[in-house]
Amino acid sequence: MLQFSFWDILSNLLIATQWTIVLSLIAFFCGGIVGLVLLFMRTSRIAPLEWFTKIYIEFFQGTPLLMQLFLFFFGIALFGVEVSPWMAATLALTFWTSAFLTEIWRGCVEAIPKGQWEASSSLALSYIEQMRYVILPQASRIAVAPTVGFSVQVIKGTALASIIGFVELTKAGTMLNNATFRPFLVYSLVALIYFCLCFPLSWWAKKIEGRLNVAR
Amino acid sequence: MSLVSIRDVRKSFGPNEVLKGVSLDIAKGDVVAIIGRSGSGKSTLLRCINGLETYQSGSIVADGIEVAGANTNLRELRRHVGMVFQQFNLFPHLTAAENVMLAPTVVNKVSKAEARATAAEVLAKVGLSEKMDAYPSELSGGQQQRVAIARSLAMRPKVLLCDEITSALDPELVNEVLRVVEQLAREGMTLILVTHEMRFARDVGTKLVFMHHGKVHEEGVPKEVFAAPRTPELQQFVGQVG
Amino acid sequence: MSYKLQFAELLPYWNVLLYGLVFTIVLTIVSTVVGIAVGTAGAAARTFGPGWLGRIVAVYVELIRNTPFIVQLFFIFFGLPALGLKLSETIAAFLAMVINLGAYSTEIIRAGIEAVPKGHIEAGLSLAMSKWEVLRHIVLNQAFRKIYPALSSQIIIVMLGSAVVSQISAEDLTYAANYVASRNFRNFEVYLLVALGYLLLAMLTRSLLRALGRVIFKAR
Repeated sequence: MLQFSFWDILSNLLIATQWTIVLSLIAFFCGGIVGLVLLFMRTSRIAPLEWFTKIYIEFFQGTPLLMQLFLFFFGIALFGVEVSPWMAATLALTFWTSAFLTEIWRGCVEAIPKGQWEASSSLALSYIEQMRYVILPQASRIAVAPTVGFSVQVIKGTALASIIGFVELTKAGTMLNNATFRPFLVYSLVALIYFCLCFPLSWWAKKIEGRLNVAR
Repeated sequence: MSLVSIRDVRKSFGPNEVLKGVSLDIAKGDVVAIIGRSGSGKSTLLRCINGLETYQSGSIVADGIEVAGANTNLRELRRHVGMVFQQFNLFPHLTAAENVMLAPTVVNKVSKAEARATAAEVLAKVGLSEKMDAYPSELSGGQQQRVAIARSLAMRPKVLLCDEITSALDPELVNEVLRVVEQLAREGMTLILVTHEMRFARDVGTKLVFMHHGKVHEEGVPKEVFAAPRTPELQQFVGQVG
Repeated sequence: MSYKLQFAELLPYWNVLLYGLVFTIVLTIVSTVVGIAVGTAGAAARTFGPGWLGRIVAVYVELIRNTPFIVQLFFIFFGLPALGLKLSETIAAFLAMVINLGAYSTEIIRAGIEAVPKGHIEAGLSLAMSKWEVLRHIVLNQAFRKIYPALSSQIIIVMLGSAVVSQISAEDLTYAANYVASRNFRNFEVYLLVALGYLLLAMLTRSLLRALGRVIFKAR
């Protein structure tokens, strides 16, 4: 039987951590772009667009991320397309992330006083222009802290990609556990690595939030 | 024998000494009005008496209990020393009657029925019998402050500390609260008030204390002190507010 | 799309799915009740307790909030037996849920406690109430009223997160879905149906909690 030293286990986990990071970054940035589009739709005051985003958000916030992963994994296959775990995970995490970011950002947009909308529309700005030049610059200031905070949820969410077979940190942990039979050590290390990824972001989010409160 | 005895109390917040050796004797039935500029230490002194603030040196004895740091039996002390605050601090989730009943039932283990009878009595005393079941948010500032007074009275305190209790009120609501305090004074309640109401201090008080820079700068019978302030600081102060 | 969805093939398995649904509901209710009790104790320790206890609670909260639930679950189910603590799938699932919600609700309740004006605490103390009496009668009541919406959202998040317990073979709704899919190979149909089941459950929970909140906090 192959012998695994502590360093073998750790280095294998760290290699897999790269995929956790890559998946997190892709989900966060793609989710951010989709979320921004949805935000415009959600605040557009055009009924069909608002309804669509409402249902979209309700579905992705109201069902387990794990179910969404399964649905993408098995759903796309129905179209006769070969689905890799990587593709299903990317899509599911992107859509899931976008739903949450849209809701977070909508809260920030709604925190901007109504007078700002009235003043900017009195200056003949269109809706897109109002958002672009008046509302978003203000809303983005208060959006930073909750957005950074949510990035922690994205990193933790990528752990579920392991269930559909994508080899990232959690899946690597399971595989190493099966090979070494040292579950306590392996899962402690897995948890520790996640902690090292997430804690700085949590801490940063809290710091920004505190600074905003002082500034107010 | 004095009911509250304060001896050479010193207190600092960091490098900032706010009480620089304060001594005071308060007898049963005294109505003590403490006046002075903001920052003169008067509120801090009041908060030291019931242990909301700790002090570094000196001693405070209230109703035979030495108020000194962590060893003090604060619960026993506060059963006999009530406090009314500038911001009322009514508990928003409880009705007026429930606010009054809370401490008697929780601390003194009085039955609900008995506590409610007490609440009815003390709320009648402050003129709010018909507001027993109103929530604080449904009451005016003056009414809230009267409930806060009733809440303290329900514990049958021997001394009542009043910390600028009319300062947060609209001018037209000040008198209804002062009338209640005046009635308490007439009934013989021992009162220590930090106040900006000079006329009230003069007419109702039995003792006036002027604090300045963390010290008792001048004290005496209110009418005499007001008529002839000895120190230039008090002259100036009375000139400004009077 | 040439493929035809065949929901009829799920019918024979209705009892399996129902069992899973009930399991998920019970799991959620129990871990909500116990988890919030843990959270309340944790929040009280952080705000009113001695410093050393507050620091221990802080470490617990940060550890849980910064690691994935599935890793916590695996650690409890696979890792703890190595220390001699062997738990059944069901117990491990309940424990992981409680530990997880306990950490999140500690943070939420703590924020509520810190939002209670200091003057209210001083007023309670001035009425000769002890620290714990003030906490119980004055602070927690107001705190819960304030954080009830946030706590409700967290309960739903934890309920949806519970789908992961299927991975240690705890027999929840997702486990039932996996079971059915492995039998009739109608993966997409099963997962779609069960996803909608979760959605319904989430919406129902939300309205139920809202109604409950109106009853509990009826005053004012």
